[in-house]
Amino acid sequence: MNMNYELVIGLETHVELSTESKIFCSCGGHSAAKEPNDCVCPACCGMPGMLPVMNKRVVELAVTAGLMLNCNINRYTTFDKKNYYYPDLPCAYQITQLNHPICTDGCVTLKTSSGARDIRIKQIHMEEDAGKLVHGGNSSYVDFNRTSVPLIEIVTQPDFRSAEEVITYLNKLKNMFRSGGISECEEGAMRCDVNISVRPEGSEEFGVRTEIKNMSSFEAIERAIRYESQRHIDAIEFETEELVQETRRFDDVSGKTFAMRNKETEADYRYFPDANLMPIIIDDEWLEQIKAAKPAAVDEKAEQYREAGISDKEIDMILANHKITTLLDDTVALGCNAKDAAGWILTDCMGILRKAGKAPNELDVTAENLTAVIRMVNDGKINRNAGKKVLIAMIEDGADPVEYCKANGLDKQVDSSAVEGIVDSVIAANAQAVEDYKNGKVKALQALFGACMKELKGAGAPTVIKNLLESKLK
Amino acid sequence: MENYVTKMCDNGTIAVDDTILVKDVQATAGSRILEGFKSLFSAEAVVRLEDKGYKISGKTNVGEFGLDLVGEFSHYAPQAGQLKGAAASLVESGEVKAALAVDMNGSPRRAAALSDVDFLKPTYGTVSRYGVISCAASGEQIGVYAPDAEGIKEIMSVIAGHDDKDGTSLPDATYNYSVDADVKGKKVCIVKELFDKADDVTKAKVNAYADALRSIGVTVDEISCDLFEIANTAWQILMSAETCNNVSRYDGVKFGHRSSTYRNIDELYVNSRTEGFNFLTKAVILYGSDVLSKNRYKDCYDKSLRVRRVVAEGIAKIFESFDAILTPVCSAVSYDAYDIHEAFGKVFAESEFTAVANLIGIPALVSGGVQLMGKSFDESTLLSLAHSVERKGE
Repeated sequence: MNMNYELVIGLETHVELSTESKIFCSCGGHSAAKEPNDCVCPACCGMPGMLPVMNKRVVELAVTAGLMLNCNINRYTTFDKKNYYYPDLPCAYQITQLNHPICTDGCVTLKTSSGARDIRIKQIHMEEDAGKLVHGGNSSYVDFNRTSVPLIEIVTQPDFRSAEEVITYLNKLKNMFRSGGISECEEGAMRCDVNISVRPEGSEEFGVRTEIKNMSSFEAIERAIRYESQRHIDAIEFETEELVQETRRFDDVSGKTFAMRNKETEADYRYFPDANLMPIIIDDEWLEQIKAAKPAAVDEKAEQYREAGISDKEIDMILANHKITTLLDDTVALGCNAKDAAGWILTDCMGILRKAGKAPNELDVTAENLTAVIRMVNDGKINRNAGKKVLIAMIEDGADPVEYCKANGLDKQVDSSAVEGIVDSVIAANAQAVEDYKNGKVKALQALFGACMKELKGAGAPTVIKNLLESKLK
Repeated sequence: MENYVTKMCDNGTIAVDDTILVKDVQATAGSRILEGFKSLFSAEAVVRLEDKGYKISGKTNVGEFGLDLVGEFSHYAPQAGQLKGAAASLVESGEVKAALAVDMNGSPRRAAALSDVDFLKPTYGTVSRYGVISCAASGEQIGVYAPDAEGIKEIMSVIAGHDDKDGTSLPDATYNYSVDADVKGKKVCIVKELFDKADDVTKAKVNAYADALRSIGVTVDEISCDLFEIANTAWQILMSAETCNNVSRYDGVKFGHRSSTYRNIDELYVNSRTEGFNFLTKAVILYGSDVLSKNRYKDCYDKSLRVRRVVAEGIAKIFESFDAILTPVCSAVSYDAYDIHEAFGKVFAESEFTAVANLIGIPALVSGGVQLMGKSFDESTLLSLAHSVERKGE
C-alpha cells in the first residue's frame, strides 16, 4: 500500500492578554508577581461573597484580535461556567464563553512555500486562566497568581494541511498580537491544543481525530504533529493499533504522544450561563472606538515599512514589539523619516538598553523626545555622536534632550561664532593643508575638518564646521 | 433555641444572617463546610449600615445555605418542636430593630409569616449582593426584617442602590421608598390557584387581610392564573443548578472544613464534602448537577430559562390590571420539626408561594402573615398598602 496521506489539523490557541489587571478583579497580572500568591484577592481565590466584575479592556483586546483576524464581532456576548474539580481552579468552575462567543467566522491568509493558504477562524472567545500547582517533597502547593488572568482562545476550522502551515500561522498570530498590543506572547503565554487526523489524499471524509493538549513551544508543536501524524498513518497502513478519538499529551523528552483520558471517562463540564455577569452589548459607538484604536494589520504595516526602505530583518524586529512599533509610528507621525527613525530605535536605543542590561520592553522614550534628537542631528545642531550621548541620558536618566544639550554644552558649537575661533586657529596651524585644498585637493578639507572636530572634542556640528571652512577658504 | 451563630455585641440594633459577610467574623451559611471561615471584608449592605451609624449585633442562624423552610437545618442550631426563624424571632422579641437576610428560596418570608413580623424581598438588582455567600445568583437578594413597613423603609433606604462591585446591581439607580402613598383605589388580586393550596386557618388570614384592604378603599378581586406551579418548578431547577455550581468551591482545599481522613486529592474532596454538607444540600447538589448534565440540560435547565421569560410576561399582564398580588406565604400558620430526609420535597411544595418572586425578580413583602407581590421597583406601593393596614390595626 503506497497511499499518500493528507494531514488535517485544527488549532485551539490560548493567548494571554496584556492587560493591567485580571479579567474579573483588580489584581495585577501575574507577570508582576515575585512570590507565589502575590497577585491574589478574595475574588480570584474563589472566596465566598466576591462577584466577578468584567474588565472592559479584555473585551476591547478580544474585539481587536477579532478585527485583525477578519471575524464577525458579535454585539451580544455572554459568559458561561465550565465545571470541573482541580486544586488550581479555586471556584471549581472556569468562566468562559460557550453560547455567545465574542467573535466568529474569521479568516487569515498565510504565505507558505506552496502559495497563499486561507485558514478559517471558527471563533474567538474570552476566558479566565487557572492557577498553577507546584509539587515539592510530599506536598503540593497551589499558586493562584495566574488565576483569572485574561485569555482569548482562537479556534480554527480544520484547515491546516502541514506542520509548516501551523507554525506559519502561529508566527503570524504572534507578530500580529505583539505589534497590536494584544499580548506579549512570551514563553508560556501562547498555548496550543492541536486536533489532528489523516486521510487518503483526495478523500473528503475526516479520519479519526486526536487532540494533543497544551503545548507552548513551536518546536514541540512541530515535533508533536510529525510524530502524531506518522502514528496515525502507521495505524492505518500497518494496523499497528486501533485509532480512537482521545486527548493526548506530548512528551518533550521521548518526542512521543501519550493518551491522557479516553472517551469512557470523558468529563461532562455542565456548561451553563453565568448569572453574575450580565450580557455585554457592544454598540456602534464602542466598536468604532475600538476600530479607531486598532493598529494597522501586520501585513499592511510591514508593506508600509518596506516602502520606506526598512529592511525585512528590521521589520521583523519592529513588529515583534508593540512598544517599538508604537514609538516608530509616533515618531514618523511627528515628521521624521521612517528609515532614519528605525535606525535610531533599533541600533542606538536597543544598543543602549543592551549595554544597560535591560530588555527591549523597558524602552521608555517618548516619540517627542526622540524626534527632538533626530531633528537636532539632521539640522546640524549637534553631531550624531552627541545625539547618541543625549539618547543615553534620556534612556538612563530620563533627561530632556534640549535641556541636556544646553546643560552639557553640546549645542554651543551650533552657533557659528563660537566655533569660528577654533576654525580660524586650525586654518592658521595647517598652512600646508590649506594650500593643498586651494590647489584643488578636495581631500585636504577632510583633514582640516578632522582637526576642527578634534579641537571640539567631537562635539561639533559637522555642517556648521564644513560651511565655515568652505566659506573661509574660498 | 440559640438565635446567633456569632454574637458580636449586646447593644447592636441590626442582626445579619450568617450568609452575609462581616469582616473578621466567622461566616458559615449554616454549614459545617464553612466552619471557621472568617471573611476578609464586609458585605456592601453591612458597610452601608455601619457608615450610617447602625451597629451589628451579630450573625443569626440560617438553615444550611438558606435551602430549608425557615432555618431548621443549621449545623450550629438544629431545631426541635415548633419551627421559628432565628432573625425573625429577634425582631419579634424586639431585641433588634431590624435584620438582614438573604432570600433565595423564600425562607425569610416564611419565617416572617410564622413570627408575624414584616420582611421585604426587594426587586432583584436593588441591593448589592457583594458579600453574600452566593447560591442562586440569578434570584437571591438581601432583604429586610422589621416590625413594620416603616422599619423596612428605613433600612432599605440605607442599603439599596448601585454598587460597582456587583455586576447584577442596577446601574444609575436611586430608590425612594415610601409608606405614605395614597392607596385608595388601588387594585389587588388574589390568585385562586395559590389560595387553594393553603389550609383553612391561612385562608382565613388572607381573607381577613383582603377585608382590611377593602376597608381602606382598596379593591380586592380573585383571579385565576396557572403560572405559579411551573414558575416554582423552573425556579427549583435554576436554583439547584446554580447552588450546585456555587457550593462546588467548598472542597476542603482552601478554607472551611477539611476531612481528617484522606489519601489523595479525590478523597480529600469527597470526604470533606460528605462530612461538610447536610442531606438537603446534597440533594440539591445532585438535583442541580443532574439538570445541568449534557443529556438533561436542554429539557431542564434551558427550558427553565425559557419558562422564566414566559412567566415574567404572564405576571406583567396581571400588573396591567392590578397593583399587587395577595397570596399566602406558607400553607399553614406553623411548622413542626421534621426529618431532613423529607426536606427536599417539603421545601419544593412550600416554595410555590414564594418562588415566582425569586424567578422573575419582583418585590415581595410579607406583612400580617400574608404576602404582597408587586411590579419591579414598586416596593412603595406594597409598603404603603401594608402600612395602611398596620395603622388601621393600631
